[in-house]
Amino acid sequence: MQQYTLNVNGKPYQVTADEDTPILWVLRDELNLTGTKYGCGIAQCGACTIHVDGNALRACIMPVSAIGDKAITTIEGLSEDGSHPVQQAWVKHDVPQCGYCQSGQIMTAAAFLKKNPQPSEEEIKGAMHGNICRCGTYNRINAAVKTASEK
Amino acid sequence: MKLVDNNINRRSFFKKTALTGSGLILGFNWMSYGSLTKIETLNQLPKEWHTINAFLKIAENGMVTIMSPNPEIGQNVKTSMPMIVAEELDVDWNRVTVEQSPLSNDFDRQVAGGSQSIRKGWDSLRKAGATAKQMLINAAAQQWKIDPANCTALKGLVKDANGNSLTYGELASIAASLEVPENVKLKDPAEFTIIGTERGNIDIKAIITGKPLFGIDTKREGMLYATALRPPAFGQTLASFDDTEAKAINGVKEVIAFGGDEKENILNNKIAIVATSTWAAIKGKRVLKAKWSVAENAESTPKHDEAMKALLDTEPKESPRKDGNIEQAFAEADEVIERLYEAPFLPHNCLEPMNFFAHVQNDKADLYGPIQTPKWTQDTVAEQLGLKPENVSVGMSRMGGGFGRRLYGDFATEAAQISQLVNAPIQLQFTREDDMTAGTYRPASKYRIKASLKNGAITGYHLKEVAVNRNMFGLIPHFFPAGAIPNYQVDLHLLESNITTGAWRAPYTNFLAFAEQHFFDELAEKLNVDAVQLRLDLLEQAKPVAAKDEAIEYSPERMQNVIRLVAEKGQWNQNLADGIYQGFSAYYSHNTHVAEIAHLQMVDDMPQILKVICAVDCGIVVNPLAAKNQVEGGIVDGIGHAMFGNFSFDEGKPSAANFHQYRLIRNMEAPEIEVHFVQSDASPTGLGEPSLPPAGGAIANAIYKATGQRLYKQPFVEALQSSRTKL
Ligand code: FES
Ligand code: FES
Repeated sequence: MQQYTLNVNGKPYQVTADEDTPILWVLRDELNLTGTKYGCGIAQCGACTIHVDGNALRACIMPVSAIGDKAITTIEGLSEDGSHPVQQAWVKHDVPQCGYCQSGQIMTAAAFLKKNPQPSEEEIKGAMHGNICRCGTYNRINAAVKTASEK
Repeated sequence: MKLVDNNINRRSFFKKTALTGSGLILGFNWMSYGSLTKIETLNQLPKEWHTINAFLKIAENGMVTIMSPNPEIGQNVKTSMPMIVAEELDVDWNRVTVEQSPLSNDFDRQVAGGSQSIRKGWDSLRKAGATAKQMLINAAAQQWKIDPANCTALKGLVKDANGNSLTYGELASIAASLEVPENVKLKDPAEFTIIGTERGNIDIKAIITGKPLFGIDTKREGMLYATALRPPAFGQTLASFDDTEAKAINGVKEVIAFGGDEKENILNNKIAIVATSTWAAIKGKRVLKAKWSVAENAESTPKHDEAMKALLDTEPKESPRKDGNIEQAFAEADEVIERLYEAPFLPHNCLEPMNFFAHVQNDKADLYGPIQTPKWTQDTVAEQLGLKPENVSVGMSRMGGGFGRRLYGDFATEAAQISQLVNAPIQLQFTREDDMTAGTYRPASKYRIKASLKNGAITGYHLKEVAVNRNMFGLIPHFFPAGAIPNYQVDLHLLESNITTGAWRAPYTNFLAFAEQHFFDELAEKLNVDAVQLRLDLLEQAKPVAAKDEAIEYSPERMQNVIRLVAEKGQWNQNLADGIYQGFSAYYSHNTHVAEIAHLQMVDDMPQILKVICAVDCGIVVNPLAAKNQVEGGIVDGIGHAMFGNFSFDEGKPSAANFHQYRLIRNMEAPEIEVHFVQSDASPTGLGEPSLPPAGGAIANAIYKATGQRLYKQPFVEALQSSRTKL
């Protein structure tokens, strides 16, 4: 077990964990930040997407030891109150069905729009292709990303 | 067809008890208006709430809490069911909060399944709202000493003709002490102001901000995390295990065999790894060394295929519908067409893997998690652990998908067994690999369909099913084309298997609809009739039969309506751009009529589905925003599994364990979808499933137009790829 100081959503946290522990399980089990979801554990579904220094990454394959002092943002820290333009667009389009994939979708979309603020529809689909929605809300996801890009 | 009955004149379904507190709480029996339930008071909370199924409460400030009784799996009942209560109550939707109701002893149907929540809840929900409103009106009339008939209620306010008004909040405590009216008038659908309007998902804020909502998010004082190692192949049993390495993992507390049943003489067949974190439990499982017996009668997909085909040539187990004389029709035919359609097993792959919380103590158990059948879970856990059902509580979390998988609470009973063994509150977590390999799969099935043609008409139709473990349920043999073809017969054959199978979104029809709708496309071509026209003609023929035969499940008129609507909206047979091909399909299931037209183009010999136009008759649409979401999701699901879904067994072992081996439809493969609802005053019917079955047929028929290739087996991608390599 090792001691780590993590910078999550702008706050420092002390945790003790095995160095191979995926940051996903540190967030969920140690910090009780359960908004980041487990779907596959092998970087295939995107449910666990977080931002590490602003880049969208798969928390399920990122060991805690590789984080260092990089800034982690989870869905809980994307905004204080759900006011991020991507979150607002999700409300406007009433995107979710079961809702389970949606924090990962939102985190992917938010990082993507930061890099590409005015994407084409094809670019949006391409950027969101790695995130599975088992309920099939893809069209609403794409429409919401488009709306957010127009903000 | 049943229309809304507006004036309910049945036995009262409400009963009141002594009321002392402030605020009005109405309990109403969930499904049947026959049985009686109690009215509870606020100061009896929360214990008494468990004895009723669903209820509403009104606070002094006029806030209304409506309990949503049915489990939420993403079908949006947690928003749509309370909308129905609020409509009849006549309260401002902004003043309504919704709570998930716990499992109650009185319930009739706290189940998410079969697309039946709204359909079966409709009358009771409306009466609950309307009865509460009448009580508020009666309370105001009493205050003003006038006839209640001279009062009206609107948006949380009761008024009289003289301009007096009182809010629901001010009236709640008086209303609660009044007799419950027996006959209340329900609104005319033309008066609806909430039903039929677009209302956002009640949990949206919590979802987009990542609040704990799902079973997997459960955290309780002193809780430990558990995983389980199960036999890798169906038919295997646990021989021995060595937990030395597993126990050496930091955080692993216990490694313990479980799952046996002394009464049934079943030995422990699984091993639980209980730890202080999910990761430690996963790691412990990875290094745990178990020896398994050689699988007895290990089952494999090629062997199944052979056995199933052989069964189709034998006498059927059952023939649930026989009209006319098919033998004669085939003997007299100008031409007989016979085709075989084949479907693989499918895992559900809910994005939230199975999990459940359990805390078992001496004589009681507390369970919580994602489950479509809480009552079943309560009874089963009680029986297995030797507890009284009333001492087993089951709470329902929001679910990260269901698709039928969470009808089967094996994961909940496992959690209870483990908690009892280690004497601690535990959260059992399936890894994705567990979820996919310890599934309750859609059964593999095959359909042999044979039709006779004579003088340009379809004279005979013979549908033979062979399915693993269970056959199509009783209503399906009476779906279209029953009634439309004079000589018609359905035969069922069964292959028993050790592989656990169960309901998978739109059970049986999820594949049968494709088979039949692709078959009819072929028949239309043979008969040289337009595919849409053929369906309309057949439905015309079905009308006199359906009028007499109560068993006929669908309505030929409603089916024709959705077909005509989709043909118009989907530009059927109109000039499309070069390289765009259309396919049509229509299917009735879960009391709802659906027709779809797919538009696609071929890119590198693979179909790219551009657009699906869909017409739906599901009666009154309670919440169009959510209803469209369901229809869109069903179509995407139907296309995805028809194209890619594949799952097989080799010596009892599942062929895929995670998403790198199992292809689900992704963003770029989802078409644009246009949904058109038929305007209707009829009571609402199912919507979580019915748009799925027609989707496979619509795309298969379009692929045929584009390529000339008929598809007889799912997933389509395999047949398309193998024909490509032949080129
Ligand atoms: S859980 Fe990380 S990508 Fe699926
Ligand atoms: S909303 Fe259910 S998985 Fe996306």
